[in-house]
Amino acid sequence: MFKIVHREEMADATVILNEIEAPLIARKAKPGQFVILKANEEGERIPLTMAEANVEKGTLTVIYMVVGKSTALFKTLQVGDGYQDVIGPLGKPTHIEKVGNVVCVGGGTGVAVLYPITKAMKEAGNHVTAIIGARNKDLLILEDKMREASNELIVCTDDGSYGHHGFVTDPLREMCEKGSLNQAILIGPVPMMKFASKITEEYDVPTLVSLNPIMVDGTGMCGGCRVSVGGETKFACVDGPEFDGHKVDYDELMLRLQAYCEEEKQCYESYCTIRDAV
Amino acid sequence: MADKPGKKKTIPRQAMAEQEPEVRRRNFEEVPLGYTMEQAQMEASRCLQCRKPGCTSGCPVSVDIPGFIQCILEGDMTAAIRNLWGKNALPAVCGRVCPQEIQCEGECILGKKGDPVAIGNLERFAADYERAHGSGELPPKLPPTGKKVAVVGSGPSGLTVAGDLIAKGHDVTIFEAFHKAGGVLVYGIPEFRLPKAIVGQEVHFLERLGVKIECNAVVGRTVSLDELFEEGYDAIYLGVGAGLPRFMNIPGENLVGILSANEYLTRANLMKAYKFPDVDTPIPIGKNVTVLGAGNVAMDSARTAMRLGADSVRIVYRRSRQEMPARAAEIHHAEEEGIEMMLLTNPTRYIGDEKGRLTGMECIQMELGEPDDSGRRRPVPIPGSELEIECDLCIVAVGSGANPLLTQSTSDLQLNKWGYIMTEPNTGKTFKRGVWAGGDIVTGAATVILAMGAGRKAADSIHEYLVYGW
Repeated sequence: MFKIVHREEMADATVILNEIEAPLIARKAKPGQFVILKANEEGERIPLTMAEANVEKGTLTVIYMVVGKSTALFKTLQVGDGYQDVIGPLGKPTHIEKVGNVVCVGGGTGVAVLYPITKAMKEAGNHVTAIIGARNKDLLILEDKMREASNELIVCTDDGSYGHHGFVTDPLREMCEKGSLNQAILIGPVPMMKFASKITEEYDVPTLVSLNPIMVDGTGMCGGCRVSVGGETKFACVDGPEFDGHKVDYDELMLRLQAYCEEEKQCYESYCTIRDAV
Repeated sequence: MADKPGKKKTIPRQAMAEQEPEVRRRNFEEVPLGYTMEQAQMEASRCLQCRKPGCTSGCPVSVDIPGFIQCILEGDMTAAIRNLWGKNALPAVCGRVCPQEIQCEGECILGKKGDPVAIGNLERFAADYERAHGSGELPPKLPPTGKKVAVVGSGPSGLTVAGDLIAKGHDVTIFEAFHKAGGVLVYGIPEFRLPKAIVGQEVHFLERLGVKIECNAVVGRTVSLDELFEEGYDAIYLGVGAGLPRFMNIPGENLVGILSANEYLTRANLMKAYKFPDVDTPIPIGKNVTVLGAGNVAMDSARTAMRLGADSVRIVYRRSRQEMPARAAEIHHAEEEGIEMMLLTNPTRYIGDEKGRLTGMECIQMELGEPDDSGRRRPVPIPGSELEIECDLCIVAVGSGANPLLTQSTSDLQLNKWGYIMTEPNTGKTFKRGVWAGGDIVTGAATVILAMGAGRKAADSIHEYLVYGW
């Protein structure tokens, strides 16, 4: 069992942080890589990109939004409980290099994935501006950590309850217009990555996105995570999860993410009914 | 060669009872039900006890077939299983999944004029008998050598290597990337053909012998080969399987409803998705299902789709019946269960709706031309023979390639042009010192028993290396 040593609820308890004991994985984990978690014998294998890894403590941190049965089940796990299986680190790490001016844009729980990359990019000597967004102030996560990890932080809320009133794409466009950006890293919901990539493409800013498609094994064996990148089929688990943001077919990715929406709904509803009855 | 052929030939080959096709096509229980002791001994009595047995030379791991059959005939079931274990660590598996018709049974002298001895059925019987009634007594083990071996992958070749080396006194640890041991035996081969409880017991047998199993260990990611050596392992065996699904590379392949057989079968078998929503992993349920390819994996996929409730399941294959690579028994079982064979037909593109979901497939009819590199007649499209078929689920079972996860992270292994690991054929030695490899990652996708044969050779070579230093 992989024990949870620290747990936090964020964003009105819709987002959960788990710090998990997994020394072998923590030793190897690099920014941008993911793990697969499975809660119990009947559980589903869920890929989550790591938000942090601590070699000394032998722990790794994942932050996830509760969206269905499996994540609702994860949410019930408390400190001292654990996951039956944790597998990783999987995927290619982010290519960290000094390129100059970097903008890191995160939406929703994408901010969790963005955090270690932002930190590593700053440590590599880049000037990093971070832009993070959420629907409203309460749903915002990791603001303090992102402020610390970057040289400058811009916060956006869709409803204007905090920071800039609007989407993360507004300050991104302003920065692109200024013309000194050497790289953009965009991580968040697929529509956000799609529209933010369009902007950076207009201004020719090299762009990385991190994808989280449906997968089973995470080692290149099932091909469930295939995405079209520049007209070629890639497996997100072994060729990614990061790709050139200007080449990803986001529309196809969105449709593929819907593959099991009926089944997921059915499974989640029956779980909630049983849970609420108990 | 035969002792008393005239007398023994009169007993017919004993058929094994099976679930009726109309019943089994909708359940996941095992199809053949096994022999009774009486049937097994009747079948065993058909063996001519050849002095130069063709069956044994036809077996990739050289099981002493007349020997174990004689034990069954004499009713000494402990001796029968000991005899099998001497050459084969997984008899319950091999009795069920080996292509006997082209191996042992294909060489049986009785097969020249009639039906060969049902060697696979007898092997299965001996192994099942041991599980049900055996003493559980372990075979003997040599004293500890103090040498440590890491086996990467817990499929048939890895399990064979582990079983052979633990018996020779080495300290063996298996590293498995999945959360459960067994490799293709648990993620690939369905429950109705190989019950997972049997694989579990075969794995447990190795654990009782002292083999350690580390699941969730992705060698190449969680730990590298060099780190394993640093941790004190003296030798490493790589039996990681092929594990990279091939697709058709035709338009529309990323529509929802097109899955690799690896994904479809892993969901069904390893994740037990056929029990959804009692388990959490979903699996697409097709009304009209097509399966591309005609090997065992294609038959397994088609029969799984039928069991999950499909109205129609079609195998689409570009060659003719004669070239179908599946075991004869699998094709027979599939057809009995109502699976249709669309032979000499090749898909050219997938058709989807506005939601990106598969609705059909365009195919073209083929005819056989001149033989190709594989010696099989090359299928050639017939111009103007395009046809459209309706389907909402397509499972692509056209083979696998070499999974690069481990080999890419280990620069000093030599690979061939297809990405498979190059080895010395007789020993399985790779170009990296202290590292052996075998099974599908060396040969490309093949059978359980060939992977076991490769494991056996490598285990002998590893043992010599550990004991004598070469």
